[in-house]
Amino acid sequence: MDKKLEPIINALQKQFDSSIEEFRDEVHAFVKPEQILDALTLLRDKYEFELLSALTAVDYFPQQSPRYHIVYQLTSLAKNLSVQLRVPVNGDQPKVPTVTRVYEVANWREREVADMFGVEFEGHPDPRRILMPDDWDGHPLRKDYPLGYEEPQFTFNFDEIDVRKPYAKE
Amino acid sequence: MAQLEEVNIDNFRHLVSDRALSGETMLLNMGPQHPSTHGVLRLLLELDGETIINAIPDIGYLHTGIEKNMEAKTYLKAEVMTDRLDYMNTTGNNLAYCMAVEKLVDLDVPPRAQAIRVILTELQRIASHLVWLGAFGLDLAAMSVFLYCFREREAILDILELCSGQRMMTTFIRPGGIWRDVPVEFESAVRDFLKMFPKRVDEYEALLTKNPILLDRLVGIGILDAATALQHGVTGPTLRASGVNWDLRKARPYCGYDQYDFNVPVRTEGDTFARYIVHIEEFRESMKIIEQALNKLPMGPVNSDNRKFVPPPRSEIGVSMEALIHHFKLWTEGFPAPKASIYSAVESPRGELGIYLEGDGGPKPYRVHLRTPSFDNLSVINKITQGTLVADLVAILASIDIVLGDIDR
Repeated sequence: MDKKLEPIINALQKQFDSSIEEFRDEVHAFVKPEQILDALTLLRDKYEFELLSALTAVDYFPQQSPRYHIVYQLTSLAKNLSVQLRVPVNGDQPKVPTVTRVYEVANWREREVADMFGVEFEGHPDPRRILMPDDWDGHPLRKDYPLGYEEPQFTFNFDEIDVRKPYAKE
Repeated sequence: MAQLEEVNIDNFRHLVSDRALSGETMLLNMGPQHPSTHGVLRLLLELDGETIINAIPDIGYLHTGIEKNMEAKTYLKAEVMTDRLDYMNTTGNNLAYCMAVEKLVDLDVPPRAQAIRVILTELQRIASHLVWLGAFGLDLAAMSVFLYCFREREAILDILELCSGQRMMTTFIRPGGIWRDVPVEFESAVRDFLKMFPKRVDEYEALLTKNPILLDRLVGIGILDAATALQHGVTGPTLRASGVNWDLRKARPYCGYDQYDFNVPVRTEGDTFARYIVHIEEFRESMKIIEQALNKLPMGPVNSDNRKFVPPPRSEIGVSMEALIHHFKLWTEGFPAPKASIYSAVESPRGELGIYLEGDGGPKPYRVHLRTPSFDNLSVINKITQGTLVADLVAILASIDIVLGDIDR
């Protein structure tokens, strides 16, 4: 870990009780959904993370709690540092507070995540779909959403789906 | 599929001013088929006469699900999708993706491949800026610049064709190095280009930079201040024109960019003219980098010799059983990557192109997210066009350099 990053990580651990993961010099800090606004505000105002580089999500279906990780990739231009915050969210009615008030870039990025994963961002100023058509059913980047026309099979539900799969009839 | 609903003003009531509801201001669609939206972008304009009250972008017309598609392919095969992402910067996208894969599986790249990568991506940066300049001129009714720019771009595409056999979708940069070594004519072709191009940049400048008609349309139009730019995640030349010196090639050197001596052009005005100047200056800086890289182009292999990740060359397959096995294993099954995630970013001609890549221990990426610069750069358009005229919107939109393939993915 970068020396300059240590006080920031310590502050996150102390204030939000977050667990830390490290891989190839990248630091990931886990925070709870209700803490994300405070954590981002702290990082932006006290530690000069001016840029929210990326905001995305990962779907860990069939795992349900947590099913999603919302990923916030932050960059500090002044200190040339990066840190990643991850927010685990449960599978039924996934909800995270919006961070549009902290970083305005989150407006479109959260719309994208909501569109692609069906995660609701509470208090979002413009909660419309962004990439898919307004009347689209489903959320394409979820792991249980088919890439082609076939329903995706997983190890645990292979047989169940196999029964109703439209195989070519004799 | 749900029933198609009639378009209702209630859906975007929160985006327009109250005056739109009483009919005092006019709502007008610009696009998706409009020559100055640079692709299929729709802008919902709220107009008071000729003045813009709100410009609300509607994107997604070019959405092709590249992220989802990449998750269904092996690491080696998913790379071809990145070419189709930002079709003006194909080698740059390849580089970003390959660097992400190399970081995930911890793969080293030999110095010769690094230098060739730098030369090719800088050439592509020039080509991308040429398209930008041409389209920018075209939108401002300077037709001749467009023709000149495409003439020079053709020379760059010829060099790419010389190396890879393809003009645009090259997929030349591969995880662990490059596809194969460049041909012997490569050096002279690049040198010819370097000899010809500086004069051409001067020509563009002679046509544009002091042209009073152009200055009237650019200076003081669409001012974007640094704080707003950072809030909206704007990066690249657009951010540097707003006075923020942030270039990933300097700040976090990759591919040996730290060996090369070049400047990062920065302007503080933040208007459309500043963005134009930054692009022009970047032509010259890219040429400097290419020349230095070409002068000290090291000899040696162009691919990592780690056969667990890099397919063996054709010459080895005929004589080595192991190489044959590796060839089949890598192209059919692929290589496994650790169950972890990384975020790796490069400076594309438009800004920070970041790749979030997560492996699950298998040969396919579990999650790929493409943080594309045009997406965030476009999101600022409503802020900087409010209060300007419709004709200025065209200039501003052209100056922030959007590529719809990059936005919609």
